Amino acid sequence: MIPAPFDYEVAESVEHAVELLGGREDAKLLAGGHSLLPVLRLRFARPALLVDIGRIEALSYVRDAGDRIAIGALTRHHDVVGAALLQEHCPLVPYAAGLIGDPQVRHRGTIGGSLAHGDPAGDLPAVLLALDGEVDVVGPEGTRTIAAAELFRGPFETALGPQEVMTEVRVPKLTGDHGWSYLKFRRRSMDWATVGVVAVVKGNGSIEEAAVGLVSMGATPLRARATEQALLAGESDPAALADDGTDPPSDTNGSAEYRRHLVRVLVRRALEEARPG
Amino acid sequence: MMVAPIELEIGEAIGAPVERKEDHKLLVGQAQWVDNMRVPGMAYMAVVRSPYAHARITRVDVAPALAHADVVAAYSAADLQEEWAGSLPCAWLPTEDTKAPPHLPLAADKARYVGDGVAVVVASSRAAAEDAAELVEVEYEPLPAIVDPEAALAEGAPLVHDELGTNRCYTWRLDAGEVDALFDEAEVIVRGRFRQNRLIPTAIEPRAVLVQPLPANGEFTMWSTTQVPHIARVTLSGVLGIPEAKLRVIAPDVGGGFGSKLNVYAEEALALGLARRLGRAIKWTEGRSEGYLATIHGRDQWQEIELAANADGKISAVRARVVAAMGAYLQLVTPGIPLLGAWLYAGAYDVQGYSFECTGVFTHTTPTDAYRGAGRPEATYAIERAVDALAAKLGKDPVEVRRLNFIREFPNAIAAGLTIDSGDYDAGLDLALGTAGYKELRTEQAERRAKGDPKRLGIGLSTYVEMCGLAPSKILGAIRYSAGGWDTATIRCLPTGTVQVLTGVSPHGQGHETTWSQIAADLLGYDVDEIEVLHGDTAVVPLGMDTYGSRSLAVGGVALYFAAERIVAKARLIAAHKLGVEPSQVDYVRGRFTGPEDSIALKDIALAAWTAHDLPDGVEPGLEASFVYDPPNFSWPSGAHLAVVEVDTETGNVEVLRYIAVDDVGTVVNPLIVDGQIHGGIAQGIAQALFEEAVYDDDGNLLTGNMVSYLVPSAPDLPSYELDRTETPSPTNPLGVKGVGETGAIASPAAVINAVCDALAADGVTDIQMPATPERVWRALEEAKR
Ligand SMILES: Cc1cc2nc3c(=O)[nH]c(=O)nc-3n(C[C@H](O)[C@H](O)[C@H](O)COP(=O)(O)OP(=O)(O)OC[C@H]3O[C@@H](n4cnc5c(N)ncnc54)[C@H](O)[C@@H]3O)c2cc1C
Repeated sequence: MIPAPFDYEVAESVEHAVELLGGREDAKLLAGGHSLLPVLRLRFARPALLVDIGRIEALSYVRDAGDRIAIGALTRHHDVVGAALLQEHCPLVPYAAGLIGDPQVRHRGTIGGSLAHGDPAGDLPAVLLALDGEVDVVGPEGTRTIAAAELFRGPFETALGPQEVMTEVRVPKLTGDHGWSYLKFRRRSMDWATVGVVAVVKGNGSIEEAAVGLVSMGATPLRARATEQALLAGESDPAALADDGTDPPSDTNGSAEYRRHLVRVLVRRALEEARPG
Repeated sequence: MMVAPIELEIGEAIGAPVERKEDHKLLVGQAQWVDNMRVPGMAYMAVVRSPYAHARITRVDVAPALAHADVVAAYSAADLQEEWAGSLPCAWLPTEDTKAPPHLPLAADKARYVGDGVAVVVASSRAAAEDAAELVEVEYEPLPAIVDPEAALAEGAPLVHDELGTNRCYTWRLDAGEVDALFDEAEVIVRGRFRQNRLIPTAIEPRAVLVQPLPANGEFTMWSTTQVPHIARVTLSGVLGIPEAKLRVIAPDVGGGFGSKLNVYAEEALALGLARRLGRAIKWTEGRSEGYLATIHGRDQWQEIELAANADGKISAVRARVVAAMGAYLQLVTPGIPLLGAWLYAGAYDVQGYSFECTGVFTHTTPTDAYRGAGRPEATYAIERAVDALAAKLGKDPVEVRRLNFIREFPNAIAAGLTIDSGDYDAGLDLALGTAGYKELRTEQAERRAKGDPKRLGIGLSTYVEMCGLAPSKILGAIRYSAGGWDTATIRCLPTGTVQVLTGVSPHGQGHETTWSQIAADLLGYDVDEIEVLHGDTAVVPLGMDTYGSRSLAVGGVALYFAAERIVAKARLIAAHKLGVEPSQVDYVRGRFTGPEDSIALKDIALAAWTAHDLPDGVEPGLEASFVYDPPNFSWPSGAHLAVVEVDTETGNVEVLRYIAVDDVGTVVNPLIVDGQIHGGIAQGIAQALFEEAVYDDDGNLLTGNMVSYLVPSAPDLPSYELDRTETPSPTNPLGVKGVGETGAIASPAAVINAVCDALAADGVTDIQMPATPERVWRALEEAKR
């Protein structure tokens, strides 16, 4: 329960962090520490250097960015939950953030850390994916933007390079024609989702847009594409297709077979809840 | 000296909701936890543990660890062989032929479970010790493992201890009455087969030990997170060959145990052995995941129960068979744990025939031992599930079948062979049903079914009786437990108006300091704040049997009562002398002696006894008395628990909507503490029913090795409890107390699973294995559809 030895540096700015990351092989960013430290304590990871970006206050904000809301990567889950702009324009994000872990976790953990960690059982990755959000990352070559659909590559693996720092997360503003739902099925209130389902549906009468994001149903957060298409085509039981193309894990919270069943139930319920109007 | 009983004025301090004296220091961070302690020259120990459940150890090389700059020493099992004068203790070998394989603090030839210690490293910091532990090179030759106790009994199963030639540790039987004949005559027979899921006790404070040697005198002081400092001293002196009088064991503040610290562990022996060898203080603190491997687990049994009954549902006989996992070695009371339920498989019901058999089995898993309830939750679960099955078979309400069978005469010599002291089982059930609104709940249940609500309502009962207050020494001897069941109290009335109470029952969160103060305050006429309770240090309280089995109040608390009688008897002599009358002319009421004309306070007598200027002839100075109390019987709490659950038939999720508990724990000294004990017990019982399970894969790897995968529920996962009680004092002790530490954990698993099965009865589901996870519920429903 004690990590292997590592060096520690405090980054004063994003540029400083990039520089520190470049100086050493096997360096890791430390944000809220609520994914990284458990991994270190179990000695599953042994980075030689931790670059602490947790004190870069400029990376903690929620701002109006036109048709999007911009969230600084170091914004704590707790601050996402309480952000009035998000409550007004994209309440799905604070709602999902409010279901993460427990109050301690939400006061330390950051939205950037959640996305960069790439945990297929994380709540926010599937939310970002269903919203078609995007993130900015800064590296030695400057800033680039990564769309949510490109961000998640595999279990705990993202499109970020070893010397890149995520700086901002952007999600679209939802309108009065949007309905949404996030159903997180978990064994205990503080647990990760056994299965989670995000639904964002747009339409006035008939459905114009539909996005269904899935948590814990494969190696990355997933979209239930077959369900989305069936919805748009007006088919009768789109939820029955929710596990198409998924590859759910089997663990002590549930077998793959059970997760396939569960995701169909939850998608049906999420769509009922999300139906606009 | 014969003494007259003290007239107890229950209600002044006894029975009052006094806030716990212990809490302030806990809340402001001034508790004395072992891990916070530091002594000069202290070095830290780390244990190298086997990653294999079963493997031959072919080579251990500590040299790479010794090369680490901060390492003081590193040893393999062979290096330490000569430190041990004996095996780690097992105090309960229930039959003459019980197999007790050697169990040394480090495994030498073979590792027998994941977590078995194979080498040890000492370094100048904890971090360095853990770093260096990784450097020790151990070569293993992995062997096939066996984790299920029934499978371990099968021909050809891998053996945990080759030299035994079998994995069977013992088989213990109890037969009473014409059981076979009663089954032959029975109009109805119901059978149940149940799994007692393996549980990990998860005390909030992990284990830790610190040993400070005084080499010049051959003395050792050991601070340990133990429930049993006295038992640890007796047994560790044997393991290490340290004279008992040279070993002082201190249990400072201890953050919970639930039975897991009712043990004597390898790490305690290692710390003592290393402190002796190195001549310096040694400390070890368990990591949480390390503890999940290295600290005992609970339960892990298969149970079969059969009831013989007539067509009305009157039960005549019970037959029960248990196969219980011991794990890889026998810890302090491993084999005896399932037997603590041996007399309770007929529960609160009046039967004529009784037969019980238990087989203990070695498996390649962490050893099992006492976990809250220890044997009684298992028994209660089996009988309460079976009674519900009987009701279902007869198409009767489970309430009715229970009432038909309740024991109503007390004391009651039960078929299994012991005597229940007192109780009123109908009263508890009436209260529980009334609080719940049983009829209305049944109506709501029917309405939900009628309208096809996928969320079914279930109502489950558990009308339990348990035996605690361990225990009459004679009975313990008869069942081959190797210590007594008595306990001690000393009262010292100091000259300046305060009192020291010394108790042999060492608490670890139960609030003894408050409860004992209340009792002493009422008996001796002091304020609760004027009483100081000392415990948990063998140099301060040399004799005691410690805290487990809901025994503290029923044994140690009663010892306190009798010690107070001795104080009053002696003080009466002095009082009479001061008042110039005969002792028989002096009345004693709550701290004051009153003669025909004058009166004098006990506090003044304490001063007079200290100055000793004017004592009656033959009376020793000082006002101090001790008592060693050996209870004549167990004590028998009982009650009725009722769970209301909602089962989502689509997801399989179970939510406990309401939980009603009516307990009869005899006289209640402190209702806040009693309620707290019941709350915690119910939480752990609901945890067993719905959340917690230690899962091993076929190779013996613990898949639930941390608190992410081993699901200890917390407040948001549990309902608010609706508590009530009846108070039937135990007639076997003058306080009338019984015991409350385990009732919640004993009663609740059955209530919850009965409720889940009740919810799904109309869907054709008859049983769901604990924990009733969403997947298990869903599968049971799928199965029932076929
Ligand atoms: C008890 C507990 C319960 C939890 N429950 C949930 C839950 O229910 N749902 C859920 O989604 N999560 C849960 N979490 C995880 C939590 O949300 C974490 O806070 C989050 O996953 C990581 O954020 P962090 O800021 O703590 O990142 P850290 O732990 O500091 O870092 C995580 C990883 O991301 C990298 N990283 C961090 N920030 C950046 C950045 N700006 N740019 C590039 N890389 C970066 C780090 O190098 C590291 O690899 C739980 C955690 C705990 C301890």
